[in-house]
Amino acid sequence: MTDYLILIVSCIFVNNILLMQYLGNCPFLGVSKKMETATGMSMAVVFVLVMAGAITWIVDSFLLKPFDLEYLRTLTFIMVIACLVQFVEMFLRKSIPTLYAGLGIFLPLITTNCAVMGVCLINIMEEYSFIQALVASFAYAIGFGLALVLFAGLRERIALARVPKPLQDTSIGLVTAGMLSLAFFAFKGMV
Amino acid sequence: MAKTAVQEFTKGLWAEIPPFRLVLGLCPVLAVTTGVENGIGMGVATTFVLVCSNVLISLLRNVIPKKVRIACFIAVIATFVTVVELLMQAFAYPLFLKLGIFIPLIVVNCIVLGRAEAFAAKNKVIPSFADGLGIGLGFTLSLGALGGIREILGSGMFYGMPVFGPSFQPFGFMVQAPGAFVCLGLMLCVMNMLGKK
Repeated sequence: MTDYLILIVSCIFVNNILLMQYLGNCPFLGVSKKMETATGMSMAVVFVLVMAGAITWIVDSFLLKPFDLEYLRTLTFIMVIACLVQFVEMFLRKSIPTLYAGLGIFLPLITTNCAVMGVCLINIMEEYSFIQALVASFAYAIGFGLALVLFAGLRERIALARVPKPLQDTSIGLVTAGMLSLAFFAFKGMV
Repeated sequence: MAKTAVQEFTKGLWAEIPPFRLVLGLCPVLAVTTGVENGIGMGVATTFVLVCSNVLISLLRNVIPKKVRIACFIAVIATFVTVVELLMQAFAYPLFLKLGIFIPLIVVNCIVLGRAEAFAAKNKVIPSFADGLGIGLGFTLSLGALGGIREILGSGMFYGMPVFGPSFQPFGFMVQAPGAFVCLGLMLCVMNMLGKK
């Protein structure tokens, strides 16, 4: 039990996917201007990442490893993720329209979100068991959401401040992300 | 024809230089630029994928059905990424180990897919080749520059050679995660200032 607790804490805080592993930074800067889009994106990532983590683990262990096809991992994983995102989108549109209305526009973006692909690859590289991979995927996704929502809050405030012209927009956003990353840096000694 | 190809090539070096003008593909930019060598290695790998996928997609642009084009593009890109991965394992193993997870992640680098969708799918082979090469070179230059700044300030070295005297105290912040964000943000600011004039 404590093992899983440590895994969760280390995935959310210590190895935060956005600020420490530098994965998924395009949506981090792209959708963080408003709180609503940030929460929508975070939820979509949690949803897809857990499913992608589980499915890629199964594909890797039962399809790629037994047949010595590890060199096809990149190709297989991206295809699995792309198909998964497509299916999730179709499924949600048909059966849970309210959830689809909230997540809809973010789902296609997730295919090229390197956080999803990155976590799937990390799960394999760290040789996690199925349950560990599932827990890690979920915790990474929560860490992604946490950082994104925090950052969106900061950016909403910065929009009101008077920033020198060349520093505006993405530039000040990156510097702010640096400061946020510095705060997360303090978690390093925890695990 | 020749003129347009040159234009497509040069626009990648300044007017549309990626990470700065097109804020795309930031993850490898931040992650691997702890030194010049890593930065340039990553840049070259990405350029290779960019050029090959641009050329192939441009050749296939009339064959690929519109509805499934993104899936086809990703398949093409993933194939070339696998090629790069295997080539690096064979010929540049230390660099492969350093770049680690970011080599397979070229697949999801938005720059590559972005150029495929925005340029190669609509243009002939030669301009697409020039576009891929230009953007790739611009990307490599930016990664090299960022890597250089971070390496000089963060560990007092350039390409593994010490630049300052022994009394220099390395500014460790720069080679860590927060330094990457701050450094890129400030470089973007400088680019904006230069662009204004």
